[in-house]
Amino acid sequence: MAKPKPRVKVPKTASAGEVITIKTLISHKMESGQRKDKDGKTIPRQIINKFSCEFNGAPVFSCDIDPAISANPYFEFSAKVPESGTFKFAWVDDDGSIYSHEQAIEVS
Amino acid sequence: MLEIRLMIAAAAAATLTAVTLSPANADPVDEELVIDGVKMATHVKAPEGHPLSEIFSGWRYRTDETRALEADSFQNPGMLYVERGEEIWNAVEGTAGKSCASCHEDASESMKGVGASYPKWDADAKRPINIELRIDKCRVENMGAEPYKFDAADQKALTTYIKHQSLGTPVAVDLSQGDMRAWWEQGKETYYTRTGQLNLSCASCHELNNGNYIRADHLSQGNVNGFPTYRLKQSSMVSLHNRFRGCIRDTRADYPKAFSDQLMALEVYVTWRGTGLSVETPAVRQ
Repeated sequence: MAKPKPRVKVPKTASAGEVITIKTLISHKMESGQRKDKDGKTIPRQIINKFSCEFNGAPVFSCDIDPAISANPYFEFSAKVPESGTFKFAWVDDDGSIYSHEQAIEVS
Repeated sequence: MLEIRLMIAAAAAATLTAVTLSPANADPVDEELVIDGVKMATHVKAPEGHPLSEIFSGWRYRTDETRALEADSFQNPGMLYVERGEEIWNAVEGTAGKSCASCHEDASESMKGVGASYPKWDADAKRPINIELRIDKCRVENMGAEPYKFDAADQKALTTYIKHQSLGTPVAVDLSQGDMRAWWEQGKETYYTRTGQLNLSCASCHELNNGNYIRADHLSQGNVNGFPTYRLKQSSMVSLHNRFRGCIRDTRADYPKAFSDQLMALEVYVTWRGTGLSVETPAVRQ
């Protein structure tokens, strides 16, 4: 596929202090480095090795990812939102590329 | 002493045989598939002349987790390819400087329900035409672009995007067009013809043994209302002709070329076998 595209599901609004569920999905082959091609050569590893989420500058969730995670990784987690602001998501590729996405939320 | 031991061994063997000889069988689940509030038809009465009385979508044969993945349009990995298809739809390609959108504008309107009526009769080529070939025809004749190689990533994404605009629409192929009837007959013959070292026909599994297990795989009726499908095995989209070739390859036979006369006829017949089921593209399967 072309450049990995993230999809993010964050509620548009929430009440202060509410715990919301955030879902993220990104297209990525997540080549484990264990597979071999037709000629028997190992297909080099290329995965997203880190995913992080921050809210108004403060870290919310992050994880280090290993080759066991399959293609098109899906992450779902909870976050407590004290105030309005922006969630920033980042996926870090083995080759150094960072795919990012932002989503704002209005908190009443 | 020996006689007793022999008797015990025989009794044990008999029990073991009795257990392993009976094939595992499970009915398709009795559950509704609702995607974004729209109820999908996954269990319908078969049309006249159909060998089965009831038609089930492959969705009903999958595990709880797989079914849940398809029901959630956010989590369905196939939707990533729908998005990619939308990008391609809007991208200019070819010497004419057009994109699909240049003529067809908003796909959610112009392509609505279209996928459910394919394959159609192509009077120019005098054979059935499916979505993949229709795209190629447009590219060559109207866009001045190269036709896609079979199973090109862009072909799969664009086909998925177009068929997705028919999500929920019942499959209904018009067999009265051109020579569709003759191709339907040809496809039916292929469906019931055994091939390969394993000597299996499509019917061997999908008609005679749907509901049974072949190794760990829960056999469905082999309907194609969800194609192109996101297969967890490949972690990517799988096209219909890829699946046809794979199935025939798995009987250990030489397999026909994609979009060959044989496979186009088979597509006409197999699509008809799922008449009434909702288009589920992109379906999620094992």
